Amino acid sequence: MSAASVHALHDALYTPRGAHGRAPDPLRVGGWVPMREYRDDEQVDFVVVGTGAGGGTLACKLAEAGFSVVALDAGAWWRPLEEFASDETHQEKLFWTDERICDGDNPLKLGNNNSGKSVGGSTVHFAMVSLRFRPEWFKCRTLLGYGVDWPLDWREMWHYYDEVEQALKISGPVTYPWGPKRPRYPYRAHEVNAAGWVLAQACEAMGIAWTETPLATLSAPRGLAHPCVYRGFCVTGCATNAKQSALVTWIPRAVKAGAEIRDLAMVGRVEVNDKDRATGVHYQREGRWRFQRARNVVVAGYAIETPRLLLNSADARHPDGLANRSGLVGKNLMTQTNQGVYGVMVDEIRWYKGPPSLTLTEHWNYCDEGKDFFGGYAFMSQGPLPKAWASTQAGNRGLWGGALLREMQQYNHQAGFKIVGETLPQERNRVTLADEKDQYGLPVARVTFSLCDNDKALVGHSIDFMTRGLQAVGARDIWAEADDTCHLNGTARMGDDPETSVVNADCRSWDIPNLWICDGSVFPTVGGVNPSLTIQAIACRTGARIKQMATRGEL
Amino acid sequence: MPDRYHGYDVMAKRDTPSWNDATRQVMDARLAIVDAPQFLDQQAWRTLRALCDGIVPQLAGPQARVPIAAMVDRKLAKDRRDGYRDARLPPLREAWRRGLTALDAAAQARAGTAFHLLTAAARDALLEDMHDGKLDGPEWDGMSSALFFRERVTHDILAEYYSHPTAWNEIGFGGPAAPRGYVRMYFNRRDPWEAVEAHSGDEAPP
Repeated sequence: MSAASVHALHDALYTPRGAHGRAPDPLRVGGWVPMREYRDDEQVDFVVVGTGAGGGTLACKLAEAGFSVVALDAGAWWRPLEEFASDETHQEKLFWTDERICDGDNPLKLGNNNSGKSVGGSTVHFAMVSLRFRPEWFKCRTLLGYGVDWPLDWREMWHYYDEVEQALKISGPVTYPWGPKRPRYPYRAHEVNAAGWVLAQACEAMGIAWTETPLATLSAPRGLAHPCVYRGFCVTGCATNAKQSALVTWIPRAVKAGAEIRDLAMVGRVEVNDKDRATGVHYQREGRWRFQRARNVVVAGYAIETPRLLLNSADARHPDGLANRSGLVGKNLMTQTNQGVYGVMVDEIRWYKGPPSLTLTEHWNYCDEGKDFFGGYAFMSQGPLPKAWASTQAGNRGLWGGALLREMQQYNHQAGFKIVGETLPQERNRVTLADEKDQYGLPVARVTFSLCDNDKALVGHSIDFMTRGLQAVGARDIWAEADDTCHLNGTARMGDDPETSVVNADCRSWDIPNLWICDGSVFPTVGGVNPSLTIQAIACRTGARIKQMATRGEL
Repeated sequence: MPDRYHGYDVMAKRDTPSWNDATRQVMDARLAIVDAPQFLDQQAWRTLRALCDGIVPQLAGPQARVPIAAMVDRKLAKDRRDGYRDARLPPLREAWRRGLTALDAAAQARAGTAFHLLTAAARDALLEDMHDGKLDGPEWDGMSSALFFRERVTHDILAEYYSHPTAWNEIGFGGPAAPRGYVRMYFNRRDPWEAVEAHSGDEAPP
């Protein structure tokens, strides 16, 4: 052992790697690839803030369309093969752990729960569940009577879902039980673990369909990456590169196409001139504030950092922040409810093996009968690692001392299901600026969240249904988790009307025509599936639209 | 508590394909943590140690005692925050500083003694009251004892304990797994490098 060697595992947090004309190659130990570089005073076509599911994808699409692109990320550029340990605590280095203040009736938990700070963003630690929206959700107000319609057409989105599923070589079932026809998944489904079979059996006992989860982790070799080895540490980062994160997919493609990615580059302000055109971004790198000039600015920081940056960019002409004519920047924050039901099985389950959610059901996303609430939910099999499981037992069940230790001893016999549940957009749920400052001297985000009665009714329905499912397969000591949430969306919604939305269907802000927002913030509603596939599909669509508009001289 | 995974030691896999170099470095550093404070003062340290004993009652036995308090102390020394904070709580270090002082004051008020000198029963009764939010007084300075208990005490102490191989052995967790993961995924199937569970009644005595 040496403290120095552990320190070396953190090196990426202190020394920028995207520099001197080269970028790290995450797929080769010690590897580098050449990377184009731009000067700060060179006016690039696009500067992109954030390199996760939204920004990483769009940076790639824009570079491949021939635009000059600089993408900035506040986080580090990791080499998973060398720097990812099998350890929940060490891997906290992937998360956004800068302070954020949470209030409301249901203060959110962020950090490891849903917030990445890395090149590749939260896709470096996401659980890889890659689901399409139910088509009706794009017109949920008109067709289902709740929320607000999207300005996007599901048939067009179906095309971009195809593109993302191919780009990530999603592994999935031969036929998907719900919704309109979709193509075969590019790679075969993964073997189901015991935790997944418990869900399958429960669904069959309850008379509903289940399926193998479409996952962004390889079930066959791809280039230099091996298939998933079922190590089970997915949400702490994949050390073998089976996970098809933006870090190993869109980012290398972007670099190859001529984009420059700058890691450890925290953007603090978007500059706008007196003609309401963005001129570039102020960012801090290596302790120094710099300014990157650009013809277009794309903000892609996810549903907290995006509104935070727009609000922190307020100036004399935009005292309430940028792109905020509607007053909706930061509002309509939607998480997804993530309650679970757990029980103890006679069989050994050993749920630490394999991706955490190998099976799921979307029954209650597609079935509208028998609901006393609007919206839907999926539920999935589970496989929490020990630290996460202890946190659930203590935080949600109130256990400590001998009672907790005894319960933890059931670890290998536990099984459970968790929902990804829709919450409704509410303007009172929002991101604002607090008085406290972070290490960059920028006001931190205050995140206010309260569930509404509809959200609670959905959770109640799901707990009742999942409990009966676990009872039907012989689980004992069944208990329900009262309080958990996941994912963040909706603080800069897209729409058809500048008075009631922040961006249009092309993710272009109504107020500042060369300012774009491309991440989960633009979701008008969230549906009952994990958002990453939809964020990437929207980014692919935005890239295609920008290319079209440029051809027509409409940029 | 019965020993369900008698003889299982995650550390035996240290030099197998289940551990990569990064994991070895991380775990070596963790196991080298000395059971002494770097951040807290002596009084707060004694209180924290007693608090850890209440939250994780470690058995006397051949296995080394996990230095949970020192692990929490290192989290404070590095100001390793979570990335979110309930608005009703002060930042990490201040919450712990205030909470440990207040806990000691509560023990003095109740039993006329320092928290770390309480009997196990008296300590656990005090913890039960903290869990229920029944502790208050000027030392808490408006911080809810229930919130401190849930968001800091159990959250931080258990996170450290379940980062230690001793805890993994206790629950039969496979431990680090890269580059080698697992092959046998079905019910009641076990790879040779996983813990063997004793059948009910066959556990080693506590």
